Amino acid sequence: MEYTIFILLLPLAMFLLLGLLDTKLKPRVAGILGTLGMTVCTALAYYTAYLFFTQSRVDGVYPSHTPVNYEWLRFTEHLHIDLGIYLDPISVMMLVVITTVSLMVHIYSLGYMHGEKGFQRYYAFLSLFSMSMLGLVVATNIFQMYIFWELVGVSSYLLIGFYYTKPAAIAASKKAFIVTRFADLGFLIGILILSFFTKTFDFATLTANPSAIITESAGMTFMGCSVASWALALIFMGGAGKSAMFPLHIWLPDAMEGPTPVSALIHAATMVVAGVYLVARLFPVYCVTPEVLDLITTVGAITALYAAIVACVQTDIKRVLAFSTISQIAFMIVALGVASDTDLHAGLGYMASMFHLFTHAMFKALLFLGAGAIIHAVHSNEMSEMGGLRKYMPITHITFLIACLAIAGIPPFSGFFSKDEILTAVMHKSTFWGIWMTIVAGLTAFYMFRLYFRIFWWKETDCSHHTPHEAPLTMTLPLIFLAVVTCVAGFIPFGELVSVNGQPYHIHLDMSVATTSIIVAVCAILLATWMYLKENNKPGNIEKATSVLHRAAYRRFYIDEIYLFITHKIIFNLICRPIAWFDRHIIDGTMDMFANVTQCVSARIKGLQSGSVQGYVWLILIGSLLVATITICCCL
Amino acid sequence: MNFLSLFVLIPILMMAGLAIARNMKEIRTVAVTFSALQLGLAIYTVFKYLSERIAGNTEEMLFQASMMWYEPLNIHYSVGVDGISIVMILLTAIIVFAGVFASWKIEPLSKEFFLWLTLLSIGVYGFFISIDLFTMFMFYEVALIPMYLLIGVWGSGKKNYSAMKLTLMLMGGSALLMLGILGIYYHSAPEGQPLTMNILEIANNNAIPHDWQYFLFPLTFVGFGILGAMFPFHTWSPDGHASAPTAVSMLHAGVLMKLGGYGCFRVAIYLMPFAAQELSWIFLILTGISVVYGAFSACVQTDLKYINAYSSVSHCGLVLFAILMLNNTAMTGAVMQMLSHGLMTALFFALIGMIYGRTHTRDIREMGGLMQIMPFLSVCYVIAGLASLGLPGLSGFVAEMTIFVGSFQHTDTFHRVFTIVACCSIVITAVYILRVVGKLLYGAVQDEHHRQLTDATWWERLSAVTLIICVAAIGCFPGWISNLISNSLNAIVERLS
Repeated sequence: MEYTIFILLLPLAMFLLLGLLDTKLKPRVAGILGTLGMTVCTALAYYTAYLFFTQSRVDGVYPSHTPVNYEWLRFTEHLHIDLGIYLDPISVMMLVVITTVSLMVHIYSLGYMHGEKGFQRYYAFLSLFSMSMLGLVVATNIFQMYIFWELVGVSSYLLIGFYYTKPAAIAASKKAFIVTRFADLGFLIGILILSFFTKTFDFATLTANPSAIITESAGMTFMGCSVASWALALIFMGGAGKSAMFPLHIWLPDAMEGPTPVSALIHAATMVVAGVYLVARLFPVYCVTPEVLDLITTVGAITALYAAIVACVQTDIKRVLAFSTISQIAFMIVALGVASDTDLHAGLGYMASMFHLFTHAMFKALLFLGAGAIIHAVHSNEMSEMGGLRKYMPITHITFLIACLAIAGIPPFSGFFSKDEILTAVMHKSTFWGIWMTIVAGLTAFYMFRLYFRIFWWKETDCSHHTPHEAPLTMTLPLIFLAVVTCVAGFIPFGELVSVNGQPYHIHLDMSVATTSIIVAVCAILLATWMYLKENNKPGNIEKATSVLHRAAYRRFYIDEIYLFITHKIIFNLICRPIAWFDRHIIDGTMDMFANVTQCVSARIKGLQSGSVQGYVWLILIGSLLVATITICCCL
Repeated sequence: MNFLSLFVLIPILMMAGLAIARNMKEIRTVAVTFSALQLGLAIYTVFKYLSERIAGNTEEMLFQASMMWYEPLNIHYSVGVDGISIVMILLTAIIVFAGVFASWKIEPLSKEFFLWLTLLSIGVYGFFISIDLFTMFMFYEVALIPMYLLIGVWGSGKKNYSAMKLTLMLMGGSALLMLGILGIYYHSAPEGQPLTMNILEIANNNAIPHDWQYFLFPLTFVGFGILGAMFPFHTWSPDGHASAPTAVSMLHAGVLMKLGGYGCFRVAIYLMPFAAQELSWIFLILTGISVVYGAFSACVQTDLKYINAYSSVSHCGLVLFAILMLNNTAMTGAVMQMLSHGLMTALFFALIGMIYGRTHTRDIREMGGLMQIMPFLSVCYVIAGLASLGLPGLSGFVAEMTIFVGSFQHTDTFHRVFTIVACCSIVITAVYILRVVGKLLYGAVQDEHHRQLTDATWWERLSAVTLIICVAAIGCFPGWISNLISNSLNAIVERLS
């Protein structure tokens, strides 16, 4: 399977080609080149998946492969960064997800970004991102993952700030990078601690002997928690930053300033699930520290509810989708948190999480691309500018509806199956979190259908300025493709392919959980229908009745303001400025003082060297007298 | 004659050539030819060195040569290189080459400018090839003095103040060094044997008594540390860099500050391993402060050169920090960081010089949207910024990661905790880099007059591209350079344990 290296090299070559030639290429040529590269890449990924999942199982497990591994940088005898390709069920699944969504976005962008300034640059960055993301998922060791982790961060920064003349986009890109960088600091320290005790970066070694860190650290503790817990919690911090978990989620809603296809690719389907993937990759290690898994569950559950509530009141359709993404990723995180690797049944959450990652990538990309088509048609992100679009954009309408049904968890769409597995796994672990997540699932159905009705129903469109029209074929084709995937993905025997210990797991529905979740979702959809089907003032009245809560939720519970306060008022004004002042006035002042004192003293005493002989004689006389006096005094 | 001496000889010939050159064109021809020659020689040296090593030569220093210079004090002109000096020489050659193109249009007195610049480079090359303490010190002084004139005559802003401050502070460092070197000399050999200035011999004798080491180590470390911008002796750096002309900033931040790191390592730690271990914690605290303090200070500056000067304080602090970890990996990281910081900071100062040459301001509040006006320079600036904040694939990342991983391998918890503190700089670095990039390059054009400005000329492009290629090459293929350094360090680290 050595050819898999081309899955990485091809996008890299495309990035260099498009990036270096830039405007020397015609936009159309650049777009087609980038798309062709991605097509080949996708074909290779599918072929790899086909080969991987058709190979015969060894002890009931698909054997993993490392077709490429090359030592990139050696630190010590044990620690070295390798760059390589590691194929196991989850990395192969991720390859398929990333290449599929990336290809769809490449095609879609041909239409969406048509005529934009910097079209070539856009495709170059897309290729860079694809390369980095693919490198991240096939990483053979945690440091390789960190390398590509940083690269996806930068690609994301560049793409969010694609419209670099727009102040909001600049601010958003900066915020995204710095917040995730802060989280990556945790990741880095986590890696340092983990590798210090285990003496390896290699995933295979780490997961083969997960308790090594416990034994090697020999019960060392810090602030009441074992070193192992700290290391894994810090690594999770990195994941939480990328996956926009509370309270590090603040960058994701703002990241919507980037072009919409970018939001679909990076901020919905692929990069933001890197955190989930990281935990899944190190899952056996996490299992030795149950307290960290509990932490993960709690963070996930809080995020899920928080994001769902905020999503209910946002008015910018991309922000609604962004918060919905945060909430859905939190589902995956929670599922991982409640899983354990003791047996297949306890590990249901792991499988469910990966399954949801897969289905979510498809339907969320579909939602974002649909939103892009809508924004393209009405030239606005605001819901208030939309309404009644179903007549003008039939394809977008149907595909969007399918995605909404999927995310709301209505059978037979894919989201139902994966979400149901998650709810079953959570319920199995703890009834409290089970009910909590079911409520979040209900909220999901509500805000998605609020969005759907506000866009496609609600009021009649005012066509006086211009009539909205259906998007061109390059944009609708990806929508249709993803809609088809969303319809059928639920029937993939996912448990057979991916499970916590690799053994085939037969997915079966837990009827009580499934029925409850369907009832909750349907109720929520009915509520949304009642409120938003026709233009009316019910939503306005509810808003007024709950004005404080509504405003708080609309302002995302002031988390951003808290961050601004901490970064600007505290760190900038109370740390940076005083340090700069201290440097200029105290440290530098001391140095200047030496110079000034020297100068001053020499100015005062230079009179002694006047050159006048009378003066010297006086001095000699006084001096001699002094010496004589002292001598006489001493002798006496 | 030993071919290492060519590194001193070629610049001397270059000075002669410059002296007889009559117009700008001839000056440029001479400068380009000779700097290219130096670069070629540096690359040749690397290959020759590697082939010697592959052939199985295990001597600590290769291509040694020695010549009696002053008998009563046993001073020799002796040269020799190991992996670390090779890397530094290569760095110097690259930056001198790029610097010549960056000062293509230097005025007035262009001939004198290049003459002094060349003298400076003689000092730097000489310093890196010497293995005799006194010769090393002499070259060190040769590198420092031209700085005064280069800043004082061709500088901008408060140039007299800055030139004076820089020179006096560095001379203060030299005074400490002189003391240290004399102290080392008088204890360089066991009783009854002749005293020596040769670094290798001193190290092999290992005769410096422990109580003397306690006294001499801080002297030499601080003496060199001042040049390496160690807190609290770094304040010459922001003013000096801000006033210096482009090529001088490049050479100074890129190479001269590395003299500090290299010296700390070659003299202080190499010759006094005992004190290095005993006293490292004090300096670890100081350099740890440098790392974070420099980064925080950079966050509030508004002058582009000040930002980079403080950023240099932070990055060079990391160099000294890693050296003090006294293990192979961290020290390898330190040398890589010297190389990487040298290249990227030279790139930064070159770009700032080019931008300043057009807009006549370095205040980020007065500029904006340069990406629309000078896309080439802006893209280079973004690349330099990304290298500085440690993007994988560029040199900053490999250097920093080697340092962090290496430092964290220290068995002492105190060192590991300090490593975590130093790690925090990666976040702060991102803050100030992105702040500048966002204000300077993105957004709307601030000053309508800037719209008439042109993008980079061919010589400016050449200068920037040379440096970017080096930064990317190290970032993508760090393995060989890391091995080169770490193999040379083995002997030194063994001595420490």
